[in-house]
Amino acid sequence: MKFGVVTFPGSNCDYDAYAAARHILGEEVEFLWHKSSDLCQSDVVILPGGFSYGDYLRAGAIARFSPIVQEVVKFAESGGFVIGICNGFQVLTEAGLLPGALIRNSHLKFSCKYVYLRVEDAECAFTRDCDHHEVLKIPIAHGEGNYYHFKEDIQKLEDSGQIVFRYVDGDGQLTENSNPNGSLNNIAGIRNREGNVLGMMPHPERAVEDILGSADGLKVFESLRSAYQVARVAGVG
Amino acid sequence: MRIPINEDRPIEGNLMAENEKAVVHVRLKDGVLDPQGVTIQKALAQMGFDDFVSVRSGRFFELEISVGADNLDHQIDEICSKLLANPVIENYEIERKS
Repeated sequence: MKFGVVTFPGSNCDYDAYAAARHILGEEVEFLWHKSSDLCQSDVVILPGGFSYGDYLRAGAIARFSPIVQEVVKFAESGGFVIGICNGFQVLTEAGLLPGALIRNSHLKFSCKYVYLRVEDAECAFTRDCDHHEVLKIPIAHGEGNYYHFKEDIQKLEDSGQIVFRYVDGDGQLTENSNPNGSLNNIAGIRNREGNVLGMMPHPERAVEDILGSADGLKVFESLRSAYQVARVAGVG
Repeated sequence: MRIPINEDRPIEGNLMAENEKAVVHVRLKDGVLDPQGVTIQKALAQMGFDDFVSVRSGRFFELEISVGADNLDHQIDEICSKLLANPVIENYEIERKS
């Protein structure tokens, strides 16, 4: 299978995502330049972290109009797997592929630390190798990760099971202190209704080896691989 | 040698008085937390301005438009809803100046 990692001017986690997919997972990976309209036959597209276009205007607002994102939108709408990490999540909300918005952290500071995530939906393509309510240790690094949406829309997300990750404490308990940015309902990651697009603020690609402090993020990549294999078998069959 | 200052190097367009202008104000919708506004309000309270109980921040954009642009209201509206503001969290107001 093949991963495509989008590089915007200002991306800074593209090489981490590349290394995770290529060297740790052992799959084929290609960088996708922001000015290109070619997804190079990628089976999964990663929108990596960073500060695309300097985060001018709003995080992700300019990236949305790049030629490659236009293609990513079409790819996602036709069922392709897309994962937006950190700035990539912000791009996905700006592009309308995911609902809601990411606003300034409630404490106004850039926050860079390990957090604990609880897997709320272990059925989707991005978490199918995890257990329900499994707790993952994965780092965050953002200033605008405060997930916001209108009350009734948050409820719709809750009702349809689109919340994939929530910030919790080390014991998996939902607490106010474990929420690093003020996100509503401790939301750390959501998926679209169809289940092929995920946005998450924490960085799974930075937690793929024990020597990095945690290898829990690898589960997201492994889940994607097994989801791809299942989809492929289903497609052939 | 004279050191050039800004007045010596007018930005083309700024002097062309006949250009149309529009100002766009973008602000967070009511109910959306504005951490920056909250922090400013706290600073005001610390400074002793106790009567200022709330601050909401926002931003504005000055647009200069060449004369005779078609369908200008519609164009500016599209610019606002697609780029300058995120309709999920922000409202915008357009002020035309000519």
